[in-house]
Amino acid sequence: MNRQTADHATLADKFNQDEARVNWHDETLWWVRAKRDRIAWSIPEWEALRDTASRIKVNALGNLHDYLLQFEEQATRNGAVVHWAADAEEHNRIVTDILKKHGVQRIVKSKSMLTEECHLNPYLAANGIEVIDTDLGERIVQLAKEPPSHIVLPCIHKKKEEIGELFHEHLGTPAGNADPKFLTAAARQHLRKEFLQADAAITGVNFAVAETGEMVVCTNEGNADMGAHLATVHIACMGIEKIIPERKHLGVFLRLLARSATGQPITTYSSHFRQPRAGQELHIVLVDNGRSRQLGREDFRNSLKCIRCGACMNTCPVYRRSGGHSYHTAVAGPIGAILAPNLDMKDYADLPFASTLCGSCSNVCPVKIDIHQQLYKWRQVLVKEGHTTAAKTASMKIMSGVLSAPRTYKTAGKMGRWVMRAFPGMVNNRMNPWYKQREMPAPPAQSFSQWYEKNKKSS
Amino acid sequence: MSSREKILAAVKQNQPEASALPALTGLSGNMPGTLEAYRKVLEALGGTLFEIENETAIPALLAEHYPHLQRIITATGPERTWINEDPHLLEDVDMAVVPGQWGVAENGAIWLTEQEVGARVLPFICQHLAIVLPRERILPTMHEAYDKIGAPQTGFGVFIAGPSKTADIEQSLVLGAHGAKSLVVFITGKSY
Repeated sequence: MNRQTADHATLADKFNQDEARVNWHDETLWWVRAKRDRIAWSIPEWEALRDTASRIKVNALGNLHDYLLQFEEQATRNGAVVHWAADAEEHNRIVTDILKKHGVQRIVKSKSMLTEECHLNPYLAANGIEVIDTDLGERIVQLAKEPPSHIVLPCIHKKKEEIGELFHEHLGTPAGNADPKFLTAAARQHLRKEFLQADAAITGVNFAVAETGEMVVCTNEGNADMGAHLATVHIACMGIEKIIPERKHLGVFLRLLARSATGQPITTYSSHFRQPRAGQELHIVLVDNGRSRQLGREDFRNSLKCIRCGACMNTCPVYRRSGGHSYHTAVAGPIGAILAPNLDMKDYADLPFASTLCGSCSNVCPVKIDIHQQLYKWRQVLVKEGHTTAAKTASMKIMSGVLSAPRTYKTAGKMGRWVMRAFPGMVNNRMNPWYKQREMPAPPAQSFSQWYEKNKKSS
Repeated sequence: MSSREKILAAVKQNQPEASALPALTGLSGNMPGTLEAYRKVLEALGGTLFEIENETAIPALLAEHYPHLQRIITATGPERTWINEDPHLLEDVDMAVVPGQWGVAENGAIWLTEQEVGARVLPFICQHLAIVLPRERILPTMHEAYDKIGAPQTGFGVFIAGPSKTADIEQSLVLGAHGAKSLVVFITGKSY
């Protein structure tokens, strides 16, 4: 489980102890963001595509009830078994029951942030079922006993030397070999064995089409297909917000997804699963887990348009310098910070504050979610509902008092400038979070009002 | 109330007012649906392309460029006994030659379905993959591709764009993750 008691600031502090690593993490993600820019700018219709994608998603949310029924009907006609899970617990139970019915003890799983959100792996382990994550990045963090730190690049926080060590320990590769090519080849051999032995495969879902009852799964590695086409049981797990109305809409989303995610024109594989193959069982688990509640929050429902490209993380100055694990939730970064408080306001009350509100996330979002505005709105909800720390609430109250009374404000300013001049140690100390990693500026001799009073006549 | 009813009721109550779907017109920009445009993108993805008059040229080209192949499967060939066998038995396929339906110039992707491929796992489990595509089947963007593909005719279909790859280790691009390690596209037909 990755619920922790420490908040984002504390965990980010920990991540920031190794400055060289933070810089490397920051630069690597910025490089991915720059690749996204180059490919987006090469397409003159990019903004029209974003706008169209956004409107399709808005339509999907507005008709979600009917589209879900249509999807269920089509998928059932196609020979799939459709399950409905109200929450994470029910999702995990449904998956476990299917696997137990088939006597499955070991499964291969391709990337699914939903199963991370539901903590499926530990649930299955407790039921005696071993999960092999097959996306290379996910396998690496699984061997390291860590959650993914990024939804598209799960082990972006890891150095190749650390991965070499992990592979040496778990896969028997030679000690000290950290060559990405060599390590990838070793993982290919190791996971091929798992694919060939597995009786069941779990995949995520990128898009589910109401019109046809089919699901599209995108990977670069081919792991979802290797799993699903060899196993006799395929379980596809998806949040109810993955529904899109029609097949032709895939054209819009597949053009945006990989370009926004990693700056590539499309993922190597965009697989359209419609019917189980002969002799195979196909199960689709539709999961709510708070999504219908988020749908009812007018200010936050747009977060359900997300197609999980990760562009908002790559561009976020806070994410890049604090690392995915500091968000202590399955989906990190700006989008995670507006999704998580819906799941648990108390546990995730810190996340909407882990932002500078610079708005870069909203600018790169392929479905035009107003991410930074939702972060700002969540802050207000969280303070109102009493989920912020006592110190923050008290200081905000004081600030509010000072800022709403001009005379108090003037006096406070004067006192502040005097304190900073006379006793710089009062502010330049570790008790003041603004002092971290920077010197406080020299106090100005006068306030702006004083300066204005003096200068307005001379002009 | 079952979870299904509970979820549907909550969605119905909470969903916003319905809005109209946008038209998908004018989204293809200035992308040309030409072989040259397609080739450029495919090569950037790490694939190779050969122009041939017809499929009879394929064996010689494969022998020249992949000298160590043991098991080669041609999906459209006369010996298709493997399509009724356990798909696990395809694990030793070195090269699979499969027909593609449509190619997309903007991203290098080719649309295949299980009907032509024979076994769904074939284009993934083979060490190397060759796709045969008629010259006139290259389209500019995904929009034209979905227009041409239309409603699904088979249980499984896939767009494949280049060889399988990963950049999960320090963002270093490595070809050959779990699927085919290389991709060669044979474009058939006369160039006029």
